[in-house]
Amino acid sequence: MDAFTDNWDIIWQPLVRTLEIVLIAGVMALVVGAVLAAMRVSPVGLARAIGTVYVYTVRNTPLLVIMIIAAFGVPDLGIKPTVSLGDHELLKFDFFFISATAALGFYTAAFVCEALRSGINSIPLGQAEAARSIGMTFGQTLRFVVLPQAFRAVIPPIASALIAMTKNSSIALGVGVAEATFRMRTLTNNYAADLYVIFIGFALFYMAIVALIAGTSALLERKYRVVR
Amino acid sequence: MTSSVLFDAPGPKTRVRHRIYTVVFLLLVVGALYWMYRKFDEAGQFEDRIWERLTGENVGRELRKAFVGTVKAAALSILFALVVGFLLAVGRLSDHRWIRIPCVAIVEFFRAVPLLLLIIFLFVFIQQNADFDRQTNALFALVGGLTLYNGAVLAEVFRAGINAVPRGQSEAAYAIGMRKTQVMTMILTPQAVKFMLPAIISQCVVALKDTSLGFACSYTPELVSSGKRIAQFDGSYLMTFLVIAAIFIALNSCLSALAFYLERRLARRGRGSARAAEEVDAVLEAG
Repeated sequence: MDAFTDNWDIIWQPLVRTLEIVLIAGVMALVVGAVLAAMRVSPVGLARAIGTVYVYTVRNTPLLVIMIIAAFGVPDLGIKPTVSLGDHELLKFDFFFISATAALGFYTAAFVCEALRSGINSIPLGQAEAARSIGMTFGQTLRFVVLPQAFRAVIPPIASALIAMTKNSSIALGVGVAEATFRMRTLTNNYAADLYVIFIGFALFYMAIVALIAGTSALLERKYRVVR
Repeated sequence: MTSSVLFDAPGPKTRVRHRIYTVVFLLLVVGALYWMYRKFDEAGQFEDRIWERLTGENVGRELRKAFVGTVKAAALSILFALVVGFLLAVGRLSDHRWIRIPCVAIVEFFRAVPLLLLIIFLFVFIQQNADFDRQTNALFALVGGLTLYNGAVLAEVFRAGINAVPRGQSEAAYAIGMRKTQVMTMILTPQAVKFMLPAIISQCVVALKDTSLGFACSYTPELVSSGKRIAQFDGSYLMTFLVIAAIFIALNSCLSALAFYLERRLARRGRGSARAAEEVDAVLEAG
């Protein structure tokens, strides 16, 4: 336990860093994923094609490669922004943090897009036809029939994508972001005897975030249950 | 025009509007591509000096070695993961609680822990407890981590596949006097395999991508680490890693094509199997 109690000062910041990555990348993934999904189900052929190519490319490329392109490749083009929201260490976002988080967000967006699309596709065509035949307008069909059912169907796969994203946030270590796994690695070097404790401790941290997402998903699923 | 729950079949006015949207999109795409081209060009990414090196003999040799290293780690991991996954799935379906509960715990634990954390742990663990040279140690840590993670995922795939076999099958088998082991090996597993094949191949794609996490234990030769070395020599991370990404996409496309082919074959055998395959697919984690 010494590894944790003695080093709490240098442990809690990386943990918050991981939370920051998960939060920012998660919001990005949901927004970009929704736009991509809208493109993939739109009646405009070109938009569908762009969405398809994006998802295919991202799904077949390792996240680490995307992060390296963003963190080490993009500066070759003379783009290297940093953001600072305050004096505290945790409010300063260096370029590696920004590029790693953006890469994670855009990567996960592809999986969010697929979840949304399959949710919409899971609704039988008859549902929309039945709604039209009882005189609902297009807007009413979407609002009362299609989207509520789609929302329920997409909760579990989106939760699954966000859980994978939480675990993938550890890959930011590969471009030098000081997040939780980064700290775990340095601790295992200094406290070799406490290897198991350190591993289990950091694993529990990630598991707590995963449990939070899974729990929220289960709650939402129960709340919006539809009898079919 | 495919019909959709989201919109009606377009009339003449709507078709005109769609055409306008297409043109707008086209302009946006062309504009974005041109902007990127300008940026790349300004930064000198198309200069001969970069491409001479990237197409040179040294880089080619390095990439070939790295390709073999990546495929080796991925193939070993999937092979072991199939075995581990099968054992865990059978354990999880066992009637004995003392077998079932540990198997559930193992599967859930390795699915919830970040793979990178696991690889770092294994690397240090092997370093402390065994006396291998560094490269063997790295290979064991990477393959071990990938095996445990993919094994846990595949265990869920197998379990879903076996559960997707209609219940009448096992009931009929019990009725003609087969034992539990016989039912599992002769009736359920052969039928489940065809539901599971596409999901297993999707997991191969994931394993192949995850070999890049070998950086955490300095596993070489491997595509990403080789890419870093190449980039450091000629100074263009951007171009080098676009090439590395292209290699991964090509490799994974072959696997995806195989999965697509198998899925089509399954779909032809009736709707039931396609649905079962979909159910199995649902346990795969997105990403």
